[in-house]
Amino acid sequence: MGELKVHRVRFFDYMPTAIRAMAFNAHTERLALARMDGSVEIFNFTDHYFQEKVIPGKDSRSIESLCWVGGRLFSAGLNGEIAEYDLENLRPKYSLEAYGGPIWTVISNTQGTQLAIGCEDGTVKLFEVLEEHIQFERNLDRQKGKRNSPSDCSLTYRLLVDRGIGGSKSRETVVWSVAFLSDHTVVSGDSAGKVQVWDGHTGTLVKTHLVTKWDVFLPDLAFQFIAPTLHQQDKEWVRTRTFKNHTHDVRALAEIETAIVSGGMDTHLVVRPLLEKFDEKSHASGLRKIHFPHRNLVSCAKKAGLLLFQFPGQLELWRLGDSDGHGKPGDRLPLKWKPEKLLLLKRKGEDHICCSALSSCGGWLAYSTVSSVRIYRLQTDNNISITKVSKLPKVLRSAHQLCFSSDSSKMFAASSQSSVLVIALTQSESWSHSVTFPSPGSRQPIHLMTTSVDGKWLAAANSDCEIHVYNLQKLKLHCIVPVYGSCPSAMGIHPTTNNLTMVHADQQLFEYSIVEKQYTDWSRKLQKQGLHNVWLDRDTPVTHVTFNPKNPNQVVLHDMHMFCIIDQSLPLPDQKTQFYNQMTLRSLSEQERPSHLHAFKICKTFQDLLCVSLLDDQSLVVVERPLLAITSQLPAPVRQKKFAT
Amino acid sequence: MAALYEGFTLCGLVPTQNASDSPIQGIELDGDSDHAVVTDSTRSVTLYKVSDQKPLGSWTVKQGQLLTCPAVCNFQTKEYVVVSDNKVIRVWKDEDLNIDKAFKATVSADVWRVHSAPGGEPVVLFQRGAVRLLDSLLSAPQQPIEDVLSEEEVIRWSTNIVAEKQHFVLFTTEQKGEHFLYVQRLNPNTLQKYRLEREDSGAPPLSFSASLRDKHINLLYLYPNGCVYQSVVAVRGPVELEGVQTLPRSLRLRLPVGEGKLGAASAVALDEAHVAVVGMPHPSARTGKDFLCIWNTNFQTLQAGKEMVGRIHGPVWCYLGKLFVPHGKALSVIPYECQKSSLASALGKLRHAGIAVSKSSVAVPSWNSLLHGDQPQGPAKIVDTRKSNGFIGDAQDLQLSVGQLACHLVARSQAETAFYTPGALAQLVQTQCLCHSVCPDLLLLALEHKDYFLCQLCLQLFPDIPEVVTCACLKTFIRSHQSIEMRLFNLCGGVLQTAYSDNFLLPHLKDLNAQQVILFLQYLQFVYLKFSQDVYTQTPGLRSPTMTQIIDWLCLLLDAHFTVLVMAPDAKGLLSNLESFVKSQVKLFSELGKIEGSLQELHKMKLSKDISQYSIEVIELF
Repeated sequence: MGELKVHRVRFFDYMPTAIRAMAFNAHTERLALARMDGSVEIFNFTDHYFQEKVIPGKDSRSIESLCWVGGRLFSAGLNGEIAEYDLENLRPKYSLEAYGGPIWTVISNTQGTQLAIGCEDGTVKLFEVLEEHIQFERNLDRQKGKRNSPSDCSLTYRLLVDRGIGGSKSRETVVWSVAFLSDHTVVSGDSAGKVQVWDGHTGTLVKTHLVTKWDVFLPDLAFQFIAPTLHQQDKEWVRTRTFKNHTHDVRALAEIETAIVSGGMDTHLVVRPLLEKFDEKSHASGLRKIHFPHRNLVSCAKKAGLLLFQFPGQLELWRLGDSDGHGKPGDRLPLKWKPEKLLLLKRKGEDHICCSALSSCGGWLAYSTVSSVRIYRLQTDNNISITKVSKLPKVLRSAHQLCFSSDSSKMFAASSQSSVLVIALTQSESWSHSVTFPSPGSRQPIHLMTTSVDGKWLAAANSDCEIHVYNLQKLKLHCIVPVYGSCPSAMGIHPTTNNLTMVHADQQLFEYSIVEKQYTDWSRKLQKQGLHNVWLDRDTPVTHVTFNPKNPNQVVLHDMHMFCIIDQSLPLPDQKTQFYNQMTLRSLSEQERPSHLHAFKICKTFQDLLCVSLLDDQSLVVVERPLLAITSQLPAPVRQKKFAT
Repeated sequence: MAALYEGFTLCGLVPTQNASDSPIQGIELDGDSDHAVVTDSTRSVTLYKVSDQKPLGSWTVKQGQLLTCPAVCNFQTKEYVVVSDNKVIRVWKDEDLNIDKAFKATVSADVWRVHSAPGGEPVVLFQRGAVRLLDSLLSAPQQPIEDVLSEEEVIRWSTNIVAEKQHFVLFTTEQKGEHFLYVQRLNPNTLQKYRLEREDSGAPPLSFSASLRDKHINLLYLYPNGCVYQSVVAVRGPVELEGVQTLPRSLRLRLPVGEGKLGAASAVALDEAHVAVVGMPHPSARTGKDFLCIWNTNFQTLQAGKEMVGRIHGPVWCYLGKLFVPHGKALSVIPYECQKSSLASALGKLRHAGIAVSKSSVAVPSWNSLLHGDQPQGPAKIVDTRKSNGFIGDAQDLQLSVGQLACHLVARSQAETAFYTPGALAQLVQTQCLCHSVCPDLLLLALEHKDYFLCQLCLQLFPDIPEVVTCACLKTFIRSHQSIEMRLFNLCGGVLQTAYSDNFLLPHLKDLNAQQVILFLQYLQFVYLKFSQDVYTQTPGLRSPTMTQIIDWLCLLLDAHFTVLVMAPDAKGLLSNLESFVKSQVKLFSELGKIEGSLQELHKMKLSKDISQYSIEVIELF
């Protein structure tokens, strides 16, 4: 295979925001997750925890609590509003002022007919859930002081939570969370680190668990209801296990049937399976940590050697550096010029950026929020200049995905109801709407789009797992790729063969010939033989597929922990083959090597990858964001000792 | 090591008419570990709260009636049980004021004892050897009671033991000068009879004590000639043995009884290695005094002794770390402590970790070889590795003869005031074949003669100097040198390096007066500062105390005298110096701790060689 020049980029200061709330829909097995910046993410727990939807945040929105009612998602927050989300168009559907001050929590009844919210002014308000709307129903009696949790509304006893052992006497204990169970057991979690179980009938304290020295935000989940063998009649709450998956405060927890899901200030989502629920070691029984979004935040202009970084509030455009030397493997080359930040583009308005695109020539830049799409003309040669395209077609209001054709003459925008708008550059600097491809089936949002180098094909994938291929010359739908059961996480069209390579959330890999409308022989061979178990056992999805224009056999793809060059001319590895074989190959002589080669060449030198792309000059761009760097930028955890002293 | 602590009087005793009888029949526990039920030899039962030395209740039978067995507590019902006039069993509760109004039942045969133990039902042992559970007896009090013993056989002692849900009643009998042990097992009932080996003198045992250890019942018995024997009966042993077995015994201890024989003496096992003996003279005290002593049976050493004022009445009881000794006109309660004995702990803390191996090896004599001429085994055989191999066989002989020589020299010096041979004694000490236990008077003699050179030699070379002697040396040194000078510096250095155990040193340290404490503290501070300045420049050959030893002594001294020091005006400066010093140390260590965390992090990132924000690298894929 040979030597590669790698641009190792660590200047993308991507910083995820803290997780604030979670709600799990047991029926659809979707987890909704809200972050501090007001964004909401939907994870599909039946499909390898794939992040299938992201609703971008907004400056004024703050979510304190999420709630599913059937397939509908509601949120409530400190702005005092209840909002329902349009999960097809990835935006709030409507929001409603509750007139109770900041809302701390929202919950529905089991029938899904009512929503209850707990407000800052101490009221609990009930709303009726109607087909397209919700309607205020009534207030429950007022309690003095702030209500952190509404589920204690029928409490008639005053339970006095005392201060922690050895805690400061002067420190007030705050009850952060209360759960009222069906058998009249009341569970409270407080700032002294105690979880207390009370008898709701008599108002007496049944048991105190000193869980931690610090605050307990949510009590319920580290506990299990088990019956001690001695007293078959009396069940009690027994502390079973303590999980420590987070370095910072845990702000949100959800219990699903087989696992505990948690998230907090340290921004990553942890799925901790309860091992007693699994009979054997399987894919689902491993601990899962989700650090990075399952979509691209980096666009790469392959011809121009530019990188575009997407933040919620701004875009950064960088020019890569260069070196003129040559070196042997392992060397770091002297820089001829350093990378340069060309541009910092701040968004307008309150809505956060949801997608962005850079044309491969580096001349055009576009981004979208839920309220507007903006296109800019870029000059990056000598004098850097940026000009906003003032006139855009009215139909282009917002987009879930944006991409430019390889010759920069067209821009594609994934629009509402799974449709694709084609915007064409008519004269210099002027864009007009040429055609809209309506979705033939699903109305779910498009999360992936790619075009062919020859400008003939456009492929779009939506979260219903459908992939549509449009013919851009005939301006019509060309075919629908046979629907596979797992969501595609990355795809790309081969520059010479126009074969569509797709990787799915379950790590399956397909190659589909657009021209022949069928899977390629290589893909069939791969499916027949099966992917190597080591490949299938990886726990982060492939988020980018690119190709080597000089060698049509090579496909480059990456996940968070590795990048892989698939050489389709080499034999596929079977289960007995050593999958990660680079070290072995290095130790063999050149004569021995060919007999040990297989198609998957995996490099794990670079870690915590956000983007791997191949530039036109054959050099590789690797954008790393070390988790340690993220952790070091988090606010210090509250009252945690800094060192193990 | 073991120790006897300051005791206290639980109650006064009324002397009995017959001087040889004990005024106390028995002391038993009830459900509360701090309670003791004391039955006197006539009519009363008194319940005491031991820690308060206060009676909680007292019950007396009518004039003319007599309690014939100690009251016991039925742990299951929280009732007390006693027998009066051999046949009347009385049961009452804590709240009953009058024992006569409580329950009583008359049985058909004379009762010897009622026994009760936690976890078991009370059992009644009749004088003729029959055994009944109390409940079943009280349900039919007049049931016939069979005779187990032959006609001239009488019970001398009995006890009961509950082991692994098995209940045992043990009793010894005497018949025509022969002694037997009966082991009665309850549920299922089996009885096994053993014959005790006859002691040469033919004298009967003075006391018995039974304890349960490792699923075996250990019976310990003391003869008037000072021999303490131990016999072992298996709890789960073969039950159906025919006839009378002879009970094998082993000599645990031969007490030095001097000329006469022991009168009213008693031995009780405290743990596997320690035995408390009351009613014997202290080996190093004048005769005619009665002592309570703790002996280590493994090393045959006397570990603690306490003089008991007045005549010893005989029995002694031991419950939960306290010994109950009736003597003179009082019943004394004496707390004790037995630490697990090993050769290392018998020698105190290892003095100098670095040189412990070569140091302690020679100086440890074999107790077995010294006392019994047994073949030395195990640790006693360690010989300094520096010495030639041919020396090994002679090492024991050399130790013995050096010891004897030193003892003779010391004895003569003590007898004739003019005779003192510092050179010879120093030479003997320098052979490193001596230790304090072999010749306990040597160091004191040197101290008496103000032979500080010898004192220092002993302090440096003896591994087993008792804390009291260490403190005596310290006191003498401080007294004779009122200012800090080099000589005191060297002498105290020796003291700091002796082996000691905190518990035993502390009470002796408390004997120092405030002036001495301040002086010694000043010295310690001076030494500390000196060593913290030049830790690594210690003179080779001349051993100096380690930092840890200095700090340990500082802490001990402050512990022992803190209240005094706080009140003493001339200690104020010193204490505030020490305080600021401790503060700075704490700060230093916390800073070090922080650095440690950072360094560990660095260590974890061992390979993350300076990766900058951007680099162009060359990799190779195959």
